[in-house]
Amino acid sequence: MTSERERRFVGPRRGQLIFALGFVGLSVLLISQITTQTQWVEKSKFFAQPRFWPAVGLLGMVGLAGLHLYRLPWWRNTRYDWWEARKWLTVLEFTAWFMGYVLLVPILGYLPVTLAFVPALAWRMGYRDKQMMWISVAFAFAVVILFKSLLGVKIPGGAIYEYLPGALRSFFILYL
Amino acid sequence: MDLILSAIEILMRWDVALALLAGSVGGVLIGAIPGVGPAVAIAILLPATFSMDPIVGLTVLLGIYGSSMYGGSIPAILINTPGTAVNALTTYDGYPMTARGEPRRALSLAYSASFFGGIFSVLCLILFAPVLAKIAPMFGSREIFLAALLGILLVVVAHRGQSLIAGALACFGIFLQTIGLEPVKYTSRYTFDQTFLSGGINLIVVVLGLFALSQAFVLLTSDDEKIHLTKLRGGMFQGLRELARHPRVASVSASFGVLMGMIPGVGEFTAQFMSYTYAQKTSKRPQDFGNGSSEGLIAAETANNAVPAAAMVPLLALGIPGEALTAMMLSVFYVHNVVPGPGLFQNQMDFVVALYLALLILNVLVLAFLLVATKSLIQVVRIPNRFLGVCILTLSFVGVYSLRNSVIDCILAAIFGVVGYVLKRLSLPAVPIILGMVLGGIMEVKLRAGMARVKEPLDFIDRPVAFILFLLIIIVLLVHMLRVLKDRKELKEAEWQTKTASTRFGGLMWRRRNSFLKDHGKKVRARHSKLLRRLTDLF
Repeated sequence: MTSERERRFVGPRRGQLIFALGFVGLSVLLISQITTQTQWVEKSKFFAQPRFWPAVGLLGMVGLAGLHLYRLPWWRNTRYDWWEARKWLTVLEFTAWFMGYVLLVPILGYLPVTLAFVPALAWRMGYRDKQMMWISVAFAFAVVILFKSLLGVKIPGGAIYEYLPGALRSFFILYL
Repeated sequence: MDLILSAIEILMRWDVALALLAGSVGGVLIGAIPGVGPAVAIAILLPATFSMDPIVGLTVLLGIYGSSMYGGSIPAILINTPGTAVNALTTYDGYPMTARGEPRRALSLAYSASFFGGIFSVLCLILFAPVLAKIAPMFGSREIFLAALLGILLVVVAHRGQSLIAGALACFGIFLQTIGLEPVKYTSRYTFDQTFLSGGINLIVVVLGLFALSQAFVLLTSDDEKIHLTKLRGGMFQGLRELARHPRVASVSASFGVLMGMIPGVGEFTAQFMSYTYAQKTSKRPQDFGNGSSEGLIAAETANNAVPAAAMVPLLALGIPGEALTAMMLSVFYVHNVVPGPGLFQNQMDFVVALYLALLILNVLVLAFLLVATKSLIQVVRIPNRFLGVCILTLSFVGVYSLRNSVIDCILAAIFGVVGYVLKRLSLPAVPIILGMVLGGIMEVKLRAGMARVKEPLDFIDRPVAFILFLLIIIVLLVHMLRVLKDRKELKEAEWQTKTASTRFGGLMWRRRNSFLKDHGKKVRARHSKLLRRLTDLF
């Protein structure tokens, strides 16, 4: 039966213990490195020490996250916690998509990669009909035009653009 | 008057006009799409605004911030799903109105209330600006340090039931901003001998990861929902007439919005909660609240729309952002070497008033746009969730990569995206991390400068403003501790009540009698009487 403390806990139960343990573990690991990763400068005031603020942050992390862990109503991981952890790992696929996009843009150019990336990811998400594919292509095109051509955000031209003839090359590097 | 004229002069540019239009229309659209929200949009657009003039860039971002709540009320009223988090209270009374066939009345009332809240707060702040200009110079390094500390404390204690982990996440933010080369002694901190860490972790990379990428991941891993939209009937102007019948609720709610907006870390939720409670307690029909009460809708929408203008006060006057959105805007100031703080109020008051006037114009533009275009606008809520995730992921690339063309930044943003996703799944707040990063940096600089002239600890609070801020910090901590103790007492009482059937004295005596009559009770009594006999034998 759910206890009163469990009922009053803000947020879902699943995954809380794993997160709290991970956070405390990371905090302890970081604070154990404080003497090697920061310096104590002689003839300098305590509050002006380079070590002072990392210590404040890390002590707060260890102390408060430790208390949070201690106050958790659950002390054992159930299968739901592990299912939740597996759910967290599923987003790694999308981080891979994102990183693939990032790595391909400087090589193949912003416009071609975006025109391929948006419909491909939409296809992966289950949108197979023609209408959604066209919407994806239109969206990709609009994003490139708005940000690179009109707003002029700093995205380098693709290496592949170097093979284009004279004026077209400069146009592609500058605007697409 | 001269001040207002010079502020109008700043705004009389075609690019500012375009920014106002783009910000207002874009903000309404973003607000109307559940799952996007102003934080995601501002995070994505932030690097794009760096190449613009400060007034243009800030107008776009302010436009999105100020108008997203108007748009957020549309799905809250029509499909019971708040477009932005702060529109959650709008669903209480907005959706029941739709359910009983009055969607247009609810929408029109929400727009009118939002408009009143927005205009009221801007007018208050324009009138209040000269006073602020006098108060702001009283803030030196110590006062700004204490105000930033108060801001962090308020953000942490505002997360009721989660204050421990919110505090830990704020400390994580403080730690993150210390990574890299320390600017005074030039020593490296937590760089692990990696060159990419010596420049520190960029705030915008963290913001994009925690807000934009994490939201894309949430949408990509969720399911699409089938949405049924109700047809709109009736006039859109009736809301203005209805609002005029509740001037007390509207003005009190707007005042709550202005006051709460000015306090760092408090914001829309507290303002809404207070104004809604006030409206319900003073209403002639309190039973209608939650069932489609027009007063409830006015209270919620007026309060949340009065906050954006007020939230700019601590940012502009002291350089202290009170929430994630204003923290993002702070980076726009820094990029253009405009340092918000007392100096800005003293030297560039026209710039500050121009920003407020921009907000005023923005509210008019948004209302006009919504009164005309609501019918077509409501179609944006039909965009499927996962496709929205694809769009946000694509746009996040622009935000992260255009910053420094760095793959490392993108990797860091992806890592923070996963962290943000985990936080969202666990219903834990990401805002303390951002405020920890921003306010931690401010506190480090100001404490170092403030301590230079301090010989004894009490010297730190020997100025009136510093002393008041110190007192406020103590009060906040005390109130929080009292609340924690009260919660604990309530928990113990509730636990005890679930263990035993009744808490009344009669019930207690009845259970005691039964326990004595049972076999175990008899054994206990026999043991006790034996021990008592032994004890009396001794004497």
